[in-house]
Amino acid sequence: MIAQSPEPSAPDTVWMLVSTALVLLMTPALAFFYGGLVRAKNALNTMMMSVASLGIVGLVWALVGYSLAFGRGTGVIGGLEFLGLENVGLEVKGSIPHLLFMAYQATFAIITAALISGAIVERMRFGPYLAFIALWTVVVYTPAAHWVWGGGWLGSLGVLDYAGGTVVHVNAASAALAAALVLRPRRDYGRQALLPHNVPYVLLGAALLWFGWFGFNAGSALGATRTAALAFVNTFLAPAATMVVWMLIELARTGRATAVGVATGIVVGLVAVTPAAGFVSPLGAIAIGGIAAPLSYFTILWRSRTALDDSLDVVAAHGVGGATGALLTGVFARPEWGGSAGLIAGNARQVGVQLIGLLVVAAYSGLATALLIKLVNVVARVRSSQRDEAVGLDVTQHGEEAYTRGEGAVLVMPSISAPATRSTDESMRAPLEVPA
Amino acid sequence: MKLIVAIVRPERANEVLEALFMAEVRGLTVSRVQGHGGETERVETYRGTTVKMELQDKVRFEIGVSDHFVEPTVRAILDSARTGDVGDGKIFVLPVERVYRIRTGETDQMAVTPGWPEEESR
Repeated sequence: MIAQSPEPSAPDTVWMLVSTALVLLMTPALAFFYGGLVRAKNALNTMMMSVASLGIVGLVWALVGYSLAFGRGTGVIGGLEFLGLENVGLEVKGSIPHLLFMAYQATFAIITAALISGAIVERMRFGPYLAFIALWTVVVYTPAAHWVWGGGWLGSLGVLDYAGGTVVHVNAASAALAAALVLRPRRDYGRQALLPHNVPYVLLGAALLWFGWFGFNAGSALGATRTAALAFVNTFLAPAATMVVWMLIELARTGRATAVGVATGIVVGLVAVTPAAGFVSPLGAIAIGGIAAPLSYFTILWRSRTALDDSLDVVAAHGVGGATGALLTGVFARPEWGGSAGLIAGNARQVGVQLIGLLVVAAYSGLATALLIKLVNVVARVRSSQRDEAVGLDVTQHGEEAYTRGEGAVLVMPSISAPATRSTDESMRAPLEVPA
Repeated sequence: MKLIVAIVRPERANEVLEALFMAEVRGLTVSRVQGHGGETERVETYRGTTVKMELQDKVRFEIGVSDHFVEPTVRAILDSARTGDVGDGKIFVLPVERVYRIRTGETDQMAVTPGWPEEESR
């Protein structure tokens, strides 16, 4: 499938370098999106759940995950030839250096794990969370990526997933659902209003996600190609459609278009167009974005009246959005725009294939996630204590506050103020020695 | 008439409000305050700067009530604000010399008793 050429293509390499950085930015963007939606006492913990994935999953991917996802292997799991980045060098893969391809795929693994955190904010201890996302990347993400993209059986079956509607979004949403069920609701859920503490952060996060998503979708062309241009434009148009429909629904229902609604609409549109970006026409992308809006909107309304504390609606945004996009890819895909034929182009079978793909990934991800969290819980309690949850996870998990005013903060002298080192330290200490 | 001042944990503030409404206590003022009540201090670290947070966030309720309302009000706060750990807060009951309702100019007892006609429309 991938033709080897001796020298990498310069334009392709440039675009993929930029795309990798763009997709990497999506994870801190997600941190702002999620961080703004929680209460102030949990803002840092929520943002850390995303940001930590850059480190944890980045390393896990380079050392283990990449090989299991993209090594030759079997239809079910990749081989071990790339373990520890063995055999991953500057040789050409496609038209870009192999190492760059590995890094680009790493950014996808990182954000997929971070997406799950939206369902379990404000109640999970941080250490067990880190263990969970490391294990999840190996046990859940890498097989799913291998099945669809790495030469596995779903790809062979003909599942179309341009940039990760199934592998990233349906996968993360199913894991989120399982995680929310296993961790159980927050203690205040359903008893108090749990309101976003910083809506500008939510908008900032959504905007940066959109920016980064150009690397996610247009970068999935793996080169500076016409398809990249198509995916880029579709990534611009679909969220625009979702956002507009979302605002119209809100205006019709309540008379007011909300900022949190617009931010959510942008994300839902981005998710929905992800599997379709390089396969459908721009008008197809607008249709996909528009159709995803009411489905996601009413899922959120329904979910918030249930006992399911999927706190930041990962299922409604990424599950419903991702499934809608994956299925509609089977409807709107057109050979002249780069996809195989979908329903509109006369191939009804494609919709069925898409459905199989997302059901298989959702089922595996949900079951494996539930087992993984229960497994981690055997070693270390995953749920924070009632007291810690009441005080907030910023202080109890990290010993920091997002918005400290510093009043009543008494400086603890570090141990270097012992007499032995006093002479070297005097100038620094002098202004702090206020007579009692 | 008494002024009841209660300092409670912020995470219990909602329960206290709920309990006060259940006890039919109407008319109160809430503010966010910081204070120290003997609880163990919190240690936080910012880039090598370690600090002890001596002041804790609290929520202060101020409620003016007529004498026979003191007991139910205090009971509602005691039951709803308690966690059993140090730092649950305090309730002060203070004598009040005079109360005016600004809208009507009513004083004292009348001023802290909800105007019943308005109550219906609320």
